[in-house]
Amino acid sequence: MARIIVITSGKGGVGKTTTAAAMAMGLAQRGNRTAVIDFDVGLRNLDLIMGCERRVVYDFANVINGEANLNQALIRDKRCEHLYILPASQTRDKEALTQDGVGRVLEELNKSYDYVICDSPAGIEHGALMAMYYADDAIVVTNPEVSSVRDSDRMLGILASKSRRALESQEPIREYLLLTRYAPDRVARGEMLGVEDVQEILALNLLSVIPDSQSVLNASNAGNPVILDHESDAGQAYADMVARYLGEERPMRFLDAERKGLFSRLFRG
Amino acid sequence: MVGLLDYFRSAAGAPKGSASVAKERLQILVAHDRAARGRPSYLPKLEQEILAVIRKYVEVDTDAVSVTYEQEESHEILELNIVLPESSARS
Ligand SMILES: Nc1ncnc2c1ncn2[C@@H]1O[C@H](COP(=O)(O)OP(=O)(O)OP(=O)(O)O)[C@@H](O)[C@H]1O
Ligand SMILES: [Mg+2]
Repeated sequence: MARIIVITSGKGGVGKTTTAAAMAMGLAQRGNRTAVIDFDVGLRNLDLIMGCERRVVYDFANVINGEANLNQALIRDKRCEHLYILPASQTRDKEALTQDGVGRVLEELNKSYDYVICDSPAGIEHGALMAMYYADDAIVVTNPEVSSVRDSDRMLGILASKSRRALESQEPIREYLLLTRYAPDRVARGEMLGVEDVQEILALNLLSVIPDSQSVLNASNAGNPVILDHESDAGQAYADMVARYLGEERPMRFLDAERKGLFSRLFRG
Repeated sequence: MVGLLDYFRSAAGAPKGSASVAKERLQILVAHDRAARGRPSYLPKLEQEILAVIRKYVEVDTDAVSVTYEQEESHEILELNIVLPESSARS
């Protein structure tokens, strides 16, 4: 039985794909058979972040349309033997993913995987609905910023009303908050919403706080999920995310600004 | 010197930065969004039909009618708002 986890947000560009790559790699490195699926039809990106873009032959839509079988389309990660990637289709047909088709693919993955990570596209339309429909768990990726928090809240409403679990009156999707692109120094100066502020509004189980970090850009430049960069703050915060998701207790890190001397505080900016 | 001013302002405990404004706005907005989620599903149709009736008598824009729904603790409020054009009195 595979646990299906959707990485979603509503708002675009908040760090879903970065998170999906980290989550998938983190789970797989602990020995879980993990598949990560790119649902962003027409805007394939996950393969780039995972560094397997040159090995894409078939995609998710090919499998749904019966033009390839699942095993032909899944790309095995070169760094971790338990990890497989299913790339998105580059077609411009946004309806390439049908609910039945997605269901069939997930059903097949269900047989031999422990976790299936669904990287949702932005928005609240077809692609995003397909990504979350079959989910057991949802990681709601949020930036400490008004439109992102608002969209996350709307996405929570959608998870609670339009998912399969909601429509079939099953136990609801387990929802987690992941706060990303966090800048503690700006929070300290009152320029950015803090963890507590966002928590107070969304009231979700907080998985981790990922600092805004150059290491994320370095990782995507190289095609290595940032969780593999054990030295980096973002890599460590993502490792915490995986650990907490699996039930380990870890204190929150990277919440405080580096202490600066009075001098730099007086004369900044 | 902005840095210096800021430093003394925050040291004095005055409201700092724009984050507190963001939080206040969000709290209102999210409460509003959540209330709207419980809206009865007939509202859009109701709005359309009222619009059709109004248009029998007055030339109004297609967005002239808005129906809002709010759930208070003990009762629900259905508010109907119709915007008439400047010279709506039929000549
Ligand atoms: N913690 C972070 N620190 C710095 N940059 C980040 C961080 N997280 C994400 N980014 C950057 O933000 C951009 C968007 O990230 P990503 O593609 O993961 O977002 P997304 O939510 O998947 O976007 P989309 O909605 O378009 O699918 C990328 O350039 C990424 O490198
Ligand atoms: Mg993405």
